[in-house]
Amino acid sequence: MTTTKLDPQAALAELQESKPERVTLVVLSGDMDRVMSAFIIATGAASMGMQVTMFFTFWGLNAIRRPGMSSQASDWLRRMFGFLNKGGADTLPLSRFHFWGLGTRLMKLVMRRNRMPGVPELMEIAKDLDVRFIACTTTLGLMGITKDTLIDGIDQFAGVSTYLAEAKEAQVNLFI
Amino acid sequence: MAMHSDVMLDTLGLFCPMPIIKTSKKIKELAIGQVLKVISDDEGIKKDMPAWCETTGHQFLGLEEEQNGGTIHYKTYVKKSK
Repeated sequence: MTTTKLDPQAALAELQESKPERVTLVVLSGDMDRVMSAFIIATGAASMGMQVTMFFTFWGLNAIRRPGMSSQASDWLRRMFGFLNKGGADTLPLSRFHFWGLGTRLMKLVMRRNRMPGVPELMEIAKDLDVRFIACTTTLGLMGITKDTLIDGIDQFAGVSTYLAEAKEAQVNLFI
Repeated sequence: MAMHSDVMLDTLGLFCPMPIIKTSKKIKELAIGQVLKVISDDEGIKKDMPAWCETTGHQFLGLEEEQNGGTIHYKTYVKKSK
């Protein structure tokens, strides 16, 4: 019988060496400019070999909703709220100069002309780079958004403990 | 004199974070020791590429600037180190 001697110090060092750096982002805002910044940081960090988790809550959930889906909430109040609060990565308004949609459309035109990726494109890149998406279950319920109206590829439906467990292991934690 | 490179990546016209994202994908195609040349007209690359190299463990070899009409083309050289 052969036994392999394992040096605990070396094993620990190896583990720490191989452990990727982590980034977490809480996306509370549903403004196009803010969500775009969040995705630029997320895709940038993932390209640098970091493990990235994005936690979507409140208006940030609009970014991961499928466009044109009506709410399936059980009571009419929340169904109404889900109806009034439009979702979809391509429908997010600018935080300033939205001007009932005109400002945002102009901004998107400028971005397209300059080959700048918008929120939907950045989101695709993020998924491609294995950025993890977590949807907050409490605010989903509060805002009358049901799971079946979200995009495919949400990794987890969770709450604050899941976020904190991730955040305490991470070197960069941002709230947007 | 231009620096030596094995593979070239053209990111002209692309803005942050696209040059870095494309670099991180392209570097996977190289063998260790090979040099990737990334051309960009986004000035941010001057700081971003050394920062990306430092975080990912690749070696930043240097930067060349070339005036091209009204724009400057930044050529960065990265040696795949792992």
